[in-house]
Amino acid sequence: MDPQSAALIAKDVGAGLATIGVAGAGVGIGNLFGAFVAAVGRNPAARDTMFRDVLLGFALTEAVALYALVIALVILFA
Amino acid sequence: MAASIDALGQFGLMGGFGGTTGAIGFTNSNEAMLGAAVIITGLFAVGLKARALVPGRTQALVEILYEFVRNMCVDTIGEEGLRFFPLVFTIFAFILLGNLIGLFPYFFAFTSHIAVTLTLALFVFVFSTGVGFYTHGFKFFKFFVPEGVPAWLLPLLVPIEIVSYLSRPVSLSVRLFANMTAGHVMWEVFAGFMLLLTASFGIFGAFASVVPLSLNVALAALELLVAGLQAYVFAILTCLYLHDAGHMH
Repeated sequence: MDPQSAALIAKDVGAGLATIGVAGAGVGIGNLFGAFVAAVGRNPAARDTMFRDVLLGFALTEAVALYALVIALVILFA
Repeated sequence: MAASIDALGQFGLMGGFGGTTGAIGFTNSNEAMLGAAVIITGLFAVGLKARALVPGRTQALVEILYEFVRNMCVDTIGEEGLRFFPLVFTIFAFILLGNLIGLFPYFFAFTSHIAVTLTLALFVFVFSTGVGFYTHGFKFFKFFVPEGVPAWLLPLLVPIEIVSYLSRPVSLSVRLFANMTAGHVMWEVFAGFMLLLTASFGIFGAFASVVPLSLNVALAALELLVAGLQAYVFAILTCLYLHDAGHMH
C-alpha cells in the first residue's frame, strides 16, 4: 500500500477515533441536568435563579465535546 | 456514489456586497460585522429616542438587553464592575448579532472563523491580565498560588495553574468557533442528504427528503438557542476573568 492511500485511510480512522471524546460530554451534560431536575424537585421556587447557572454549565461542558470535534475536523480536512 | 457533500465550502471568504469589493479585501465577513454594528447601534438609537417612563416595544427590548448585561456585570464583578460594562456589552452584542446574522440563508456568520473569535478571546485575555497587573502590581502572580496549599505541593500545582490560565483564550475562542461551525456544517450535511436522496431515487427520494428537512428545522431551533447561549457564555466568562483579575480568588 503506497503512502498516500495509507495516509487517507489513517485520516478517516483518526477522525473516527477523535469523535469518541464527545461521549464524556454526554455523560457530563446528563449529570448536570439530572442534578438540576433533582434540585428543582426539592425546591421548585429556586428554578429560575438556578437555570442561568445550568445554561452556563451546559455551554462549558458542550465546549469540551466541541474541542474533540475540532480535532476530528482538523484531522479530516487539514 | 454520487458527488460528495461539500460541508466546509460555505466558510470561504468572498468579496462583500455581492462580490464587488473583493479587490480591496472587504469580504462578506466584514460586511456581516458592519451589519451587526449598524443593527445594534440603530436599535439603540431608535429605542432610546422615545424616553417614555413606561416603555414601548423597542425601548423595552433595548432596556431588557441593557439590564441583562448590567446585572450580569454587577453580579459577577461587584459594584466596581460597572466600569467594564461598556466592554462586556459590546462583546455580548457583537457576538450575539454575529451568531444571529449567520442563521439566515446566504448570510455569513463571522463568528465561525477562528481568526475572529481568537482575536476577541485574546483581547479579553490580555485586557483582564492587564487589569490584574494594574490593580495588584507584581503581586498578581500570587493568583497562581491558591490558599491553604502545603508547600510540597506547590511545584506541581503552580505549573498546572499557569497552564490552565494560559488555556483561557484557547478555550474561549474554540468554544464559540466550534459551536458556530458545527451548527452550520450539520445544516449543510443534512441539506446535502436531501439533494443526494433526490438525485439517487428521483421522486421517491424527493418525498423521503422530508426527513432530513425536518431535522434541519429542529436544528434551526437548536442553532437559535446556541447563538444566544454562546454570546451569553462569552460575556459571562469575560466578567468572571475580570473578577478574577480584580479579586484574585
